[in-house]
Amino acid sequence: MKNLGVQIPQAVIIVFLAVMTGAAVWLEIPLTWIFSDALVRLAMNGVLVLSLVPMLKAGVGINFGLPIGVVGGLMGMCISVNFGFKGIGGLAMAMAFSLPVALALGTGYGAVLNRVKGKEEITATFLGFSFIPLMNFFWTVAPFSNPAMLWPIGGKGLRPVIGLKKFFAKSLNDLWLVDIAGVRVPVGFLLFFFLLCILLVLFFRTRTGRAMTAVGESEDFARLAGIRIPGIRILAVILSTIIAALGICVYAQSYGFLELYDAPLMMAFPAASAILVGGSMGRHTKMAHVVLGTFLFQTTYLISGPIANELMVPEVAEIFRLMITNGIILYALLYEGGKTK
Amino acid sequence: MKSVLRVPLIFAGISCLAFAFSGMSLSFVANEVITRFIRDGVMVMALIIPIRAGMGVNFSIVVGALCAQVGLILVLDFGLGGLTGLFAMAAIGLALSLVMGIAIGICLNRVKNREMITTIIIGFVATAVYQLIFMVGYGTVIRPTNQEMMLSRGIGIRNMVDLEMFRGLLDRLWLVKLGSLEIPVFMVLAVTGFGLVIKYLNLTRLGKAFAVVGQSFEKAQALGLDADMIRIKALVLSTLIACLGHLFYILNIGMLNVYTAHMNTDIFSCAALFAGGATLARARVRHAVFGIVLFHSLFIVSPQAGQNVFGNPALGEYFRSFVAYGTIAFALILNAGTAEKPV
Repeated sequence: MKNLGVQIPQAVIIVFLAVMTGAAVWLEIPLTWIFSDALVRLAMNGVLVLSLVPMLKAGVGINFGLPIGVVGGLMGMCISVNFGFKGIGGLAMAMAFSLPVALALGTGYGAVLNRVKGKEEITATFLGFSFIPLMNFFWTVAPFSNPAMLWPIGGKGLRPVIGLKKFFAKSLNDLWLVDIAGVRVPVGFLLFFFLLCILLVLFFRTRTGRAMTAVGESEDFARLAGIRIPGIRILAVILSTIIAALGICVYAQSYGFLELYDAPLMMAFPAASAILVGGSMGRHTKMAHVVLGTFLFQTTYLISGPIANELMVPEVAEIFRLMITNGIILYALLYEGGKTK
Repeated sequence: MKSVLRVPLIFAGISCLAFAFSGMSLSFVANEVITRFIRDGVMVMALIIPIRAGMGVNFSIVVGALCAQVGLILVLDFGLGGLTGLFAMAAIGLALSLVMGIAIGICLNRVKNREMITTIIIGFVATAVYQLIFMVGYGTVIRPTNQEMMLSRGIGIRNMVDLEMFRGLLDRLWLVKLGSLEIPVFMVLAVTGFGLVIKYLNLTRLGKAFAVVGQSFEKAQALGLDADMIRIKALVLSTLIACLGHLFYILNIGMLNVYTAHMNTDIFSCAALFAGGATLARARVRHAVFGIVLFHSLFIVSPQAGQNVFGNPALGEYFRSFVAYGTIAFALILNAGTAEKPV
């Protein structure tokens, strides 16, 4: 029964995807276009999904506090844009700036989550939710000076949406773009994503990484083995936060816009849904789940838009996305069942 | 005992400060608070029973709210007005809430110790299903009788539905004026009555059973109680109360924002309850009553205070959202710390 359960969300989404692809062919939406975009979206969202892995492995649960890491990345990008850095170097600088911010945020976030063992997911959700309005304060009063990012009138406070075209938009997307039979393959972008995945796999091979997995599998066992559990858990949260910060940098450069204020509020849910579609069930999470899940999930997102536009009311796409996103998370919660202390 | 008062005192302090800076008149704020008390009071009380039964905050009161909206839309569709319509919408809403409550209760029995995150996600899923039915289903699969509430394209209900035939039906009943203060006595009594009913319920056999299950699931089972069934009952009651609470809310506003009226009811109600001094281990009717007054007075004055102090009303808005989410986060952190103690 266990295997069957793992496969239901995947089966549903694959059937859904097949129907959608059929509809796309029928509506003469070019498949090469869909495939090119699907590859971009895989790398674009993949890093955010990847950021869930350390916390899942360490048994801290799904990182519903993803907005906290995202804010770290936004901060890094804002600093980079403020200096006016351009191109791939600008993106690298944005990532570099976001690292210390994410490190600081992750440490605090991890310390709080250590206090609420057993209720991490709900607390993380509300920590993420409450952090966003707090940061809205900051975005409104922050002393940034580049006029490209400030309100045109008044010249104070950051705009909700900052265009990155003049800075580092698409810098990673367009790196080593190869055209294979009409499908544009963003080789550099995909390589970057896979490189991060491999680095994380290698991390879990190290001593610390193994300790993290051990904490996730059994805290009692880990304690007997002499592992400092709170420290390892905080490390997992920091790692998740830092990868989330990198993830939003990658996402924003691909999207072409830097979205501040309430934009990150709901970002955790699609990411959580993607990794669950990939077949991740709690502690047993592999990179294959991340890649497969992101690809399946984002491709359904991608195809549902134009099809809904062609067939019915345009809102259908968004409603279906909401239903799929949360339906999958709900299924996973119900399937996994409660946590016994 | 001191720690119980900490959160309400913080709220009272900030509210007074914000009130001083806002420059609003006391009677205006008092009138607004009374209105909010009527609108949101019952909804906040819907959260009490699941907390007593040890299930945490029931964020899926959103589902109860959605049931109320379904009842209302159906009544409008069939053109029922006045008291008949009122009873019809309550009956439809409650019947639907009963079914949903049982379903959610069964779900939550599968996810013990993770109920809260599950109820949040249930709320999201229910919202999506509701939107699908009324934004897409109406006009395609379901044939509406009342064409006036449809969008001009023929598919989907309009965003805003007017409730002219119900406006003031209850809110204007027994309106008493004290100087510049307007008190709709009937509604205040109705909400207070709800509080008393819940208080009474806690004293009955069922209420005692809730408390036992809330203390320890295993202990309740050892005592021969069907703990799973009791948890389902707690959730059904909560959903039913939420449905009625949302009807109060919509009827008081006099308009139905079809796709957004239910949103955040769970967050605001929960924040209000915690503001009143409730914790995850202990929630009472008086926490709900105090909480609504404290939380909503802060909500009413903070945008204006933000405008006056910082010259930017948006900052007051951010502060409001922060308070709503932050109160819940704070309560969760505080409470989980005490829950660690071995029983």
